[in-house]
Amino acid sequence: MQLGRVIGTVVATQKHEALQGVKLLIVQPLLPDGNPKGRPVVAVDGTAQAGPGELIFMIGGREGSLVLEKHFTPVDQGIVGIVEELYVAVDAIPK
Amino acid sequence: MFIGKVVGTVVANRRDSRLQGLPLLLVRRVDVDLSELAGTVLAVDTVGSGVGEYVLYATGSSARQTERTNKRPVDAVIMAIIDRWDIGGEVKYHKYYGPPEAASGS
Repeated sequence: MQLGRVIGTVVATQKHEALQGVKLLIVQPLLPDGNPKGRPVVAVDGTAQAGPGELIFMIGGREGSLVLEKHFTPVDQGIVGIVEELYVAVDAIPK
Repeated sequence: MFIGKVVGTVVANRRDSRLQGLPLLLVRRVDVDLSELAGTVLAVDTVGSGVGEYVLYATGSSARQTERTNKRPVDAVIMAIIDRWDIGGEVKYHKYYGPPEAASGS
């Protein structure tokens, strides 16, 4: 799983039927110190409660589709939780 | 999933029998500011997208999780045509109106 921050939303009306009613969010993956890691990706929101600006964690790969009610969905990033507090050991922060 | 721009179509008559009938499109990954990123993939289209459209595509084993690609040798699938996206409340792309700066600039 991967820490990330929700930075935007995506709207698509023409999509796979299993994605109807599913929230699509743009997420910037983060390093432990809060700096960005790579470029933003699009993830489905399994919590249905994440919104722009929030710190979340998400799951990648085929397991990303497990956050939805219908598992048989072409999804490779899914938001599984919203982070309230984060503690990071000083030596875990990349220099 | 990644945001991609459809940049081409592929014609291939000689292909694996399990790929028969699947439309193949060339998709270039793009950033949220519409700049192009490294990485162009061949993806199976499930939503009827065309050249020039911005789409969402999934890669890896997730790409097999559609009725059309189930148990077929596919590792990238287009599953949505994007109407718009925004970053921090600012519209970066809109299918019909374009991004605000592009509409005023050109």
